[in-house]
Amino acid sequence: MLAIKRFFKMLSKPAVHFSLGFLTIGGFVAGIIFWGAFNTALEATNTEAFCTSCHEMRNNVFEELKTTIHYSNRSGVRATCPDCHVPHNWTDKIARKMQASKEVWGKMFGTINTREKFEAKRLHLAQNEWTRLKANDSLECRNCHEFDSMDFTLQAERASKQHSTALASGDKTCIDCHKGIAHELPEMKGVEGYH
Amino acid sequence: MKKILLMSLCLLITGPAMAAKDAMKSLRAQSLEVQDPAQKLKNYPRENLNQPLSYIQQPPLIPHQIRGYQIDRKANKCLSCHSFKNFQRYDATKISVSHFLNRDSQALADVSPRRYFCLQCHVPQVKAKPLVENSFQPTAALKK
Repeated sequence: MLAIKRFFKMLSKPAVHFSLGFLTIGGFVAGIIFWGAFNTALEATNTEAFCTSCHEMRNNVFEELKTTIHYSNRSGVRATCPDCHVPHNWTDKIARKMQASKEVWGKMFGTINTREKFEAKRLHLAQNEWTRLKANDSLECRNCHEFDSMDFTLQAERASKQHSTALASGDKTCIDCHKGIAHELPEMKGVEGYH
Repeated sequence: MKKILLMSLCLLITGPAMAAKDAMKSLRAQSLEVQDPAQKLKNYPRENLNQPLSYIQQPPLIPHQIRGYQIDRKANKCLSCHSFKNFQRYDATKISVSHFLNRDSQALADVSPRRYFCLQCHVPQVKAKPLVENSFQPTAALKK
């Protein structure tokens, strides 16, 4: 208690030993270094290499991604984990990263460390992502797939029909129809639009 | 008599060899010891509408691409458009009631497990030249 009181007393008094210049410029430089380090570390956790460094991701969802069009296709453009699973906008990204601390907990205690445990949780995990994408109007899809640039005449008939009606009117969003686009589907009984 | 015997002996020896030259032609037109050159992979067209039936009771062909469509215990992507529940919304072909019958012809409340795996009967088509000539003609009722 006394220590805290002394600390606050020290904070409220002008510095005795350091010059104003040292404190302002030094504070500024330290700030740059701190911010740079923070951002670098944050971006390092935002890479596919980081996500797939855990076997939970590497052996389940990453393997499933490899056969889909978002991993292998004719032009070689591809999406990595954070492209779809982490918002690009800074505040949303930080919010998502704070949520991800729950996933660190899961990793530490091995919530999904076997295939069986993962399969048991698959519906729950998928639903988390579906709810998120539904709530933000499939923002992560739209980061690449711009609605205004879709040429319906170049789409297959059944695609253009849905895109020019349900999607155009905002009645539906990407994830409503494109569930399982990048990973295996969980047990779909009772999920809307499924059998 | 001796001549006939000699001639038939000659035939016996050379006959099979000559016959083998004509008859032994495999469909692959390549000797068994030689590896076939790899065939070019064929791409499914994105859409392939209005494909005619070739015979009565033929399972209709799939007129579109089906890459990544999951059909297993957990999900059936085909039925998300073609089921009784959903076909109207997507203007899709409705699954036939025959798919609700079990093997004793009893109608079940839902798609019969033996008819659940669509790709066992329904397949998409690529534009490929037939390997062997085929003179099969659809029945008059199916001809357009």
